[in-house]
Amino acid sequence: MSRRCCTDVAEGEELPGLQVRVTRADLVRYAGASGDFNPIHWSDRAAREVGLPDIVAHGMLTMALANRLVTSWAGDPGAVVECAARFTRPVVVPEDADGTLIEFAGKVKKRRDDGTVVIMITARAAGQTVLGQATATVALR
Amino acid sequence: MTLDPSFVGRCYPLAGTYQVGRAKIREFADAIGDDDPIYLVPDAARACGYSDVLAPPTFAMTLALRAQEELVSDPGLGLDYRRMVHGSQSFIHHRPIKAGDELAATLYVDGIRAMGGNDMLTVRCEITDQAGDPVTTARTVLVIPGSDPEGHG
Repeated sequence: MSRRCCTDVAEGEELPGLQVRVTRADLVRYAGASGDFNPIHWSDRAAREVGLPDIVAHGMLTMALANRLVTSWAGDPGAVVECAARFTRPVVVPEDADGTLIEFAGKVKKRRDDGTVVIMITARAAGQTVLGQATATVALR
Repeated sequence: MTLDPSFVGRCYPLAGTYQVGRAKIREFADAIGDDDPIYLVPDAARACGYSDVLAPPTFAMTLALRAQEELVSDPGLGLDYRRMVHGSQSFIHHRPIKAGDELAATLYVDGIRAMGGNDMLTVRCEITDQAGDPVTTARTVLVIPGSDPEGHG
């Protein structure tokens, strides 16, 4: 893959969307890979004790998936110079084979003269947005 | 406020260095369902001009989390780890993290404040390489809910 060229990018352009189904098994895998063993991501009891309806996905997993949308579009993950997100709502993941579907969309918010572009990302699960002010800044060529 | 505001300004260097390995990057890429060869195949990374496989943009959190451990487990801070939720996260990548990097990390406590009945703890992890050059700046806002807990993370 090669890095997308900034002259081929227009403000307002929509990135190809991404839908990812997240199951309990994915949370276990992410916990192990990331070292985030907060029990609200694997223990029903711990989740309920802090007032959650059920086990929730790691915010950082949702953010990582959101950035997949950007890196696959940009053609080079090394082009991502900044990324940010607020975790506005929990992504509840039920104990079943289907898990929860998270839908990501992205749009070019700004194209700067230095070749960097700012992508605005939205993430929705169960009909509600789960990330706020999710952006990635990509240095294109 | 349950957190001790005198912790603002403290810093916690992570002991030792963290060697970024290809297998760890592959494990992380698998966990986020990303099969981009630039994370997995050294030749694919070289074809893009990198000396080895890259880590995904949020991989730096694995190191930032380790750097947070000493602070969040410090009983003097007054943080209830079980109730803590991740409010927001940002990364500035001064350059991509890649296999073979030997990284150091230092955690800085940038802010402690009460907002809307919650306590907000803002920390920053500065990740540097063998040469001492900046690699990633990771900012984390942790929220400790007040009497009306509504957690996420």
